Amino acid sequence: MKPEPSPDCTETPETKDSRRGFLTVAVAGLAGIALAPGVRLMEIAQAAPAATPAGSMPTIATLPTAQAASAATSASSGANPQVRWGMLINSGKCASGCTDCVTACNTENGLSGGTLPTDSQWIRKLEIKEIKTGKIQSLPMLCQHCAEPPCVDVCPTGASFKRADGIVLVDKHTCIGCRYCVIACPYGARSFVHEALTDQKPDVPRGKGVVESCTLCVHKVDKGENTACATACSDAGHGAILFGNLNDPHSDISKRVASYPSRQIREDLNLNTGVRYSGI
Amino acid sequence: MKIALRELHGNSPGYYLLLGGLALVTLIGLGAAWYMEHHGHIVTGMTNQIVWGLPHVFAVFLVVAASGALNVASMASVFGKTEFKPLAPLSGLLAIALLLGGLTVLLLDLGRPERLIVAMTHFNFKSIFALNIILYSGFMGIVIAYLWTMMERSMNRYTPLAGLLAFVWRIALTTGTGSIFGFLVARQAYDSALLAPLFIALSLSYGLAVFVLVLILACRGSGRPLGDALMARFAKLQVIFIAAGFYFVLVYHLTNLYFTKHHDFERFILLDGGLYTAMFWLGQILLGSVLPLVLLLHPRIGQMRRRIAASALLVVGGGFAQMYVTIIGGQAFPLVLFPGRQVSSSFYDGVVSAYLPSLPEWLLGFGGIAIAGLIVLLALKFLGFLPERLDDAACQENNVTRVPPPASETA
Repeated sequence: MKPEPSPDCTETPETKDSRRGFLTVAVAGLAGIALAPGVRLMEIAQAAPAATPAGSMPTIATLPTAQAASAATSASSGANPQVRWGMLINSGKCASGCTDCVTACNTENGLSGGTLPTDSQWIRKLEIKEIKTGKIQSLPMLCQHCAEPPCVDVCPTGASFKRADGIVLVDKHTCIGCRYCVIACPYGARSFVHEALTDQKPDVPRGKGVVESCTLCVHKVDKGENTACATACSDAGHGAILFGNLNDPHSDISKRVASYPSRQIREDLNLNTGVRYSGI
Repeated sequence: MKIALRELHGNSPGYYLLLGGLALVTLIGLGAAWYMEHHGHIVTGMTNQIVWGLPHVFAVFLVVAASGALNVASMASVFGKTEFKPLAPLSGLLAIALLLGGLTVLLLDLGRPERLIVAMTHFNFKSIFALNIILYSGFMGIVIAYLWTMMERSMNRYTPLAGLLAFVWRIALTTGTGSIFGFLVARQAYDSALLAPLFIALSLSYGLAVFVLVLILACRGSGRPLGDALMARFAKLQVIFIAAGFYFVLVYHLTNLYFTKHHDFERFILLDGGLYTAMFWLGQILLGSVLPLVLLLHPRIGQMRRRIAASALLVVGGGFAQMYVTIIGGQAFPLVLFPGRQVSSSFYDGVVSAYLPSLPEWLLGFGGIAIAGLIVLLALKFLGFLPERLDDAACQENNVTRVPPPASETA
């Protein structure tokens, strides 16, 4: 780098004065415009009644976790880090054309059930065909609730987050709808809400302009219940979906994972998914 | 003779017509954004398979061009090419204007654009997107400071430092922009460290092309002379930058062709992807790389000034095509969950997704360009950004390091 000589681009005094005048007015104006709404909002906030009423809806992260068996509980502790919620799906027991899990999920979470390219689908049935032999397999694909979720890594605001018990969720207050997580998900698990929603379920927050995906029925799980898809599958007698605590060696899912071969989809990505599959 | 910077004088109707036109396009773009936000993205062509559409193509192009537009100033302040010093302020101005235009489009395409304050107060620092937000904001501040050191005589001695900081920051920024895609392990089109340097090369090419177009327009519109020597320098630089971008594209595809697991994706882009294949070969390669190189290198095609302007336009057009293939084509190709098997579902697994940009998306994209144009026009008029004269004589006296050979054709 050469040392800086006297400037080669010079300005006339009139240019400088008019520039300075313009800049002064512009900066003052912009500062005023930027600060005024903030000042007004602070006035409003300080004038508002303090504290939310007792009956207001708690956030998902602070719902009480009342479990059977292994999980320790407390009224407002949030997710239990000792627990790792997971799912084992037996593709061998999954019939092509059966969509009981999809229907149950739609009903439970207030999804439209539509299959237009803009409709949200939290769980879907994949039909997988071996090209040479023509053999067809079927399995449900949903959010895999990875231990190393790419969607959480890429979210600029941290709206996409992983709970201590392994459930990956979207904070609908913080999501700005950038859709980066939709692109980042290796499983195509995420959907973007393209229009205003009606008939929503009170336990399932959704909204236009934000991203969503399978919540592992967190509102049910936190009450000690099973997920809608697993319940529907077992009620119908198929028994392809097993939900439980992977960290509890005595749970059904742990015993099966320990006894029979199972794997994760796109294992090479090393995401340590909570959803495992057998029979593929 | 020192080259003075002067604001535009006079009241040419052409200027006000252009200003009015850009203001109108901006307003229409803002209206389109309001329409999209009010009704939701259902009114666009975007779906759950193609979540980033045409607005992102415009926005990423503008952001990449913005960082490259600063290159002229960097050459002057950091690399000692003092002949570009008179153009350094315009370069900085263009960088800011293009970035603002691109960021506006990006912001207004969000599902919840009113949550910008959330984006500015909640940062996941592992997210390259969040880091980019910091890089973009910082870039504005740094370039404004850089401009100040150039325009305020008493601060001139800080220009090399400010220029160096701006240069390093812009490399980081463009690396970040390329890494938005490069860090995505999920998709066949991305998941490559090569995307970051590719975007650096593209930024040089796109940025210079836009800068040259703006300079030609500004000088022609204000009647200020623009010399052949300077244009010849730009032509040479443009050749190098186009070649650099082309090199990275070549390496990217060659490498992918070596990976059997990427063969389906390469076949899609290079052979049977329909619109994407056409945009790649015709838009990105032919119009965006080969034709401009021919125009700039062939000794006897026509007048140099027109060749350079035509090349710049082609580079910009090819750049849009390249962004379309990268961003939209990368999403259109399905995720590979079960390699070697055919997959189908109700969520469009296993098929190439369709996408047709809607009118609001086009309007928003052009609105972003108009915003950049407005900023440049207003700054040129009211602040001294445009050199009074850039003809050969003035440039030569102004410390040109080499005198180019006499041109065989007139400007």
